[in-house]
Amino acid sequence: MSEGVAAGSTPGASDGEQPGDGRRVRVVLVDDHRMFRTGVRAEIGRTELTGVEVVGEAPDVDQAVTVINATRPEVVLLDVHLPGGGGVEVLRRCAPLMGAVENPVRFLALSVSDAAEDVIGVIRGGARGYVTKTITGTDLVASVFRVQEGDAVFSPRLAGFVLDAFASTDAPPVDEDLDRLTQREREVLRLIARGYAYKEIAKQLFISVKTVESHVSAVLRKLQLSNRHELTRWATARRLV
Amino acid sequence: MPAAPPRAAATSSSRASAPEEPPARKLYRSADGRLLGGVARGLAGHLGLPVIWVRMVFLILFFTQGLGALLYAVFWIVVPLGVGGTAAEPRSVFETSPDGRRRLRKPDKGQIFALIALVISAATFIGSVSLGRSQADRYIWPVLLIGVGVVLVWRQADNARRARWAEVGRSRRAFQLARGVAGVALVGLGLAVFMVVRGSAAQFGNVLTGAIAVMAGVALLAGPWLVRMTQDLSEERLMRIRAQERAEVAAHVHDSVLHTLTLIQRNADEAGEVRRLARAQERELRAWLYRPEGTGKDGEDEPSTLAEAVKRTAAEVEDYHGVPIEVVVVGDCPLDEKLAAQIQAAREAMVNAAKYGGEGGAVQVFAEVEGRTVFVSVRDRGPGFDLDAVPADRMGVRESIIGRMQRNGGSARLSAAPGGGTEVELEMERAE
Repeated sequence: MSEGVAAGSTPGASDGEQPGDGRRVRVVLVDDHRMFRTGVRAEIGRTELTGVEVVGEAPDVDQAVTVINATRPEVVLLDVHLPGGGGVEVLRRCAPLMGAVENPVRFLALSVSDAAEDVIGVIRGGARGYVTKTITGTDLVASVFRVQEGDAVFSPRLAGFVLDAFASTDAPPVDEDLDRLTQREREVLRLIARGYAYKEIAKQLFISVKTVESHVSAVLRKLQLSNRHELTRWATARRLV
Repeated sequence: MPAAPPRAAATSSSRASAPEEPPARKLYRSADGRLLGGVARGLAGHLGLPVIWVRMVFLILFFTQGLGALLYAVFWIVVPLGVGGTAAEPRSVFETSPDGRRRLRKPDKGQIFALIALVISAATFIGSVSLGRSQADRYIWPVLLIGVGVVLVWRQADNARRARWAEVGRSRRAFQLARGVAGVALVGLGLAVFMVVRGSAAQFGNVLTGAIAVMAGVALLAGPWLVRMTQDLSEERLMRIRAQERAEVAAHVHDSVLHTLTLIQRNADEAGEVRRLARAQERELRAWLYRPEGTGKDGEDEPSTLAEAVKRTAAEVEDYHGVPIEVVVVGDCPLDEKLAAQIQAAREAMVNAAKYGGEGGAVQVFAEVEGRTVFVSVRDRGPGFDLDAVPADRMGVRESIIGRMQRNGGSARLSAAPGGGTEVELEMERAE
């Protein structure tokens, strides 16, 4: 329940195959199911192998905020449904940490729910990515590192939701909101939704992986539009909220 | 006159205490077309007699020491208001003429006759009473006043009960309020006259003060208890609703989740079977939890939209072949014949992907409706295959996928997905 620090953070060299090449990422797990926390910790917490160091856990919003402030992790794995206000509330109360110039805390939503309102809600709250709990350990580690680098992690489902949100099914395409996603960004999202890896997208579109990443980041930024009012209207019109 | 015909569904499904089926010949007071409490109409319906006869009997009995009135009152109290009695067309004092104006309804002849008879008999009754005993004469008016007031208020209570069955309009409500107030005023007036007649009006002030004091005392004593009781009642209702919901969830969990867990325990050694069961159950529970109205169960009917059809198809293939299929659908549209063909082709592609490419991980299905174009992609991360290398007599891909799409005016494309595996892309224009 409290912030148990992960054991064995020996500063040895790790396998060359893991994404960080010996880099370490400090992670806090926020989830109200202890079994799940334990499972994730067992899966990704073997620091020598994965490069992930679980520095804290929290079961609800209040403890999450405390633990995150105390440990200043690089990445928080955040459940969407939490007692005390949900993942969105944690994001709201940790907003200063996210915006910090040095060592910003980044959030990766990890949820069993794939309801559109949950997903879009946490992304809008500032989470850098969204993965469902069916993800494999390897993929989760890769996602953690990607988020830590400041990149966005889009699962196919998330990409689908975003496309759905921006797509106009009945309205004529004069909607100004539609301009928010460029043709290229949409192309990238579409390929993500089809299950392509970033590398595959790059190959398909004849662009570099970095470009793919910057497109995805741009989509994320557009989702977290600063103009809340406009965003609410936008989301309500599409029955996302 | 016909015996009670079945009434409109709205009324017959009311929360009458009687068993719903069959419409028992139980005595109810009639809520429709009644003059006072609906007793006569209800009795008439129950006995299969014309209403007017029953009314006449009551009227005649009325002259024997007011027995009719007493009987009527007892019926009114004991017999519940409900559906029954002989039919009466919904009647109101006003009628709406063709030009849209409301005016007084023209009374029909029978009605006028009955009214005249009533007035005459009442007059003779009063006359006979006042002729004989001058002592009783003084009380007749106050008693009549009180009687009318009581009748008004009681009918009001009936209506309050009826209002729970059928929502009553705002104007009706104001009218009812006025009627209740009038009833109370009449009773009060009657009592006052009674006191004046008895000559106790001199002490009226004292009596009034005393009465008010007693009522205030009762209110003070019983008020909190009454408030508490109403609160308890509403709380209890809330609890009951919650319990009901809980029971529903419990029932669903029992029906599906527990059964699946039992099956999983039994098949614990077969990883594939366990995975299949778990995924099927997850999907069902998810649909049940996150679907807007929680109607996950009655999904037996044919899907009517593309998104539904794609998900259903993927679920079926997933269940059958035990390979996880991840579905992403963007946009939606109603299913038409061409799209149904596309779904069929997609199913074939999914089956192929599950059979030959299932080892590489989940099969990914992506469907998008953009404008009039519907695009479906099915990809796997298996070894991939070469269409040209497939023997000409194998019809799976050529006929079921490519041929079917072309026959319906669409197109299909097979390609080796980058990074291994196969991807089938199906494109179709919607009909409209």
